[in-house]
Amino acid sequence: MTEQLHQITVTVNGVTRRGETPARRLLADFLRMDLGLTGTHLGCEHGVCGACTVLLDDVPVRSCLIFAVSVDGHAITTVEGCCDPGGELGPVQQAFQECHGLQCGFCTPGFITTITAYLEENPKPTEEEAREAIGGNLCRCTGYQNIVAAVLRAAEIKSEREAPHE
Amino acid sequence: MKPPPVEYHGPDTVDEAVRLLAEHGGHAKVLAGGQSLVPMLNMRLTAPARLIDVNRLDELAYVRTDLEGVRVGALARHADVERATHAFEAVPLLRQAVRTVAHPTIRNRGTTVGSLVHADPCAEMPAVLLLLDGEVLLRSERAGERVVKAADFFVGPMESACEEDELAVEAYFPKPKGRTGTDWRELSRRNGDYAMCGVGTAVRVDESGAVTSAKAVYIGVGPVPQVVDVTAAGADWDAAAEHAADQLDPEDDIHATAEYRRHLARVLTARSLKAAYEAVAP
Repeated sequence: MTEQLHQITVTVNGVTRRGETPARRLLADFLRMDLGLTGTHLGCEHGVCGACTVLLDDVPVRSCLIFAVSVDGHAITTVEGCCDPGGELGPVQQAFQECHGLQCGFCTPGFITTITAYLEENPKPTEEEAREAIGGNLCRCTGYQNIVAAVLRAAEIKSEREAPHE
Repeated sequence: MKPPPVEYHGPDTVDEAVRLLAEHGGHAKVLAGGQSLVPMLNMRLTAPARLIDVNRLDELAYVRTDLEGVRVGALARHADVERATHAFEAVPLLRQAVRTVAHPTIRNRGTTVGSLVHADPCAEMPAVLLLLDGEVLLRSERAGERVVKAADFFVGPMESACEEDELAVEAYFPKPKGRTGTDWRELSRRNGDYAMCGVGTAVRVDESGAVTSAKAVYIGVGPVPQVVDVTAAGADWDAAAEHAADQLDPEDDIHATAEYRRHLARVLTARSLKAAYEAVAP
């Protein structure tokens, strides 16, 4: 049986992308294989690890638990889109670098997207809130201490960058 | 770890979804949030011939509150229920419980009505519906609309009264009567995991503060959520918890022994009843 293909149009990191996808293709695989955006990582493929988290219309979701065909017409932000407009590291990426918030880096894209969205909702989290915010993302290297520090540092960098210039 | 081939339908209206279910019911699954269905597809634990994706049915993406209670449409995400302040004010148990459903990222996509139909014995929202004597509105071409009470809806583990050709359109969570306090608490091995035991309580008091009704609902300790009436114990929370734990028949599994689950039920019940009572006591 040849699988039926569905035409979809999605806006990924601000760019309109078109593709043809079988119904069963996961959004994560569509991003990685069809669009070549390999920043989104697939860990567990059943919604536990959080590595594949992307923003769907600015809201964090597991891209391993959504079919590409379901997001036709919607906007996706991946880790590749979490940088600043000029291409420099975004506040969360910068904070991860400064705080040594990653080691192997496999889980990092899911953390970056999750925290980027979270800081829009809560721009000044406490340490406890920061821990809760990353509760759905697993990291096997760091022990989380530096990731929590990175959340708090990212909030600082973000507010500095958003402050009106003198 | 990839889903099997499947035919896809993405209806734009409820009528169209119901028509598709009439045509393909026995071989189709409704895809709403997909936070339980897609893992099962990825692990190939299920392989429906067709998916009927209801994510375009914006007409069902609502959380409405009136004097009677809260109505949650089939496309309302858990996060919508959690954020709706009007729903929290009318039925605080909704937010108290939905906050313990997995992680925020899962709640952003998973739907409350989908969780009811999925009927996982460890899921929170079925227990909330049961404790509040709520209802689910189902629709099909064959039977039209029918309302099923929570007590009849949860048939067995992962089995609800929603037939193969029916679409669960809405869940109704009635506002508790009188002066009623509620509470939800649970214990899981890791934050966001399914609970080894979860307890929801509703305690009604009269003007003097005397308990006129006290009920607890349990998840993770049986094949379906279970309600125990503990009104007879009055405000003796330990006695009420003892009585409730005796009514439960949990099983051993990889996560916890039956005895440990019963212990958790006892401890959580006493704490939960006390908190529910204190929320409304004069």
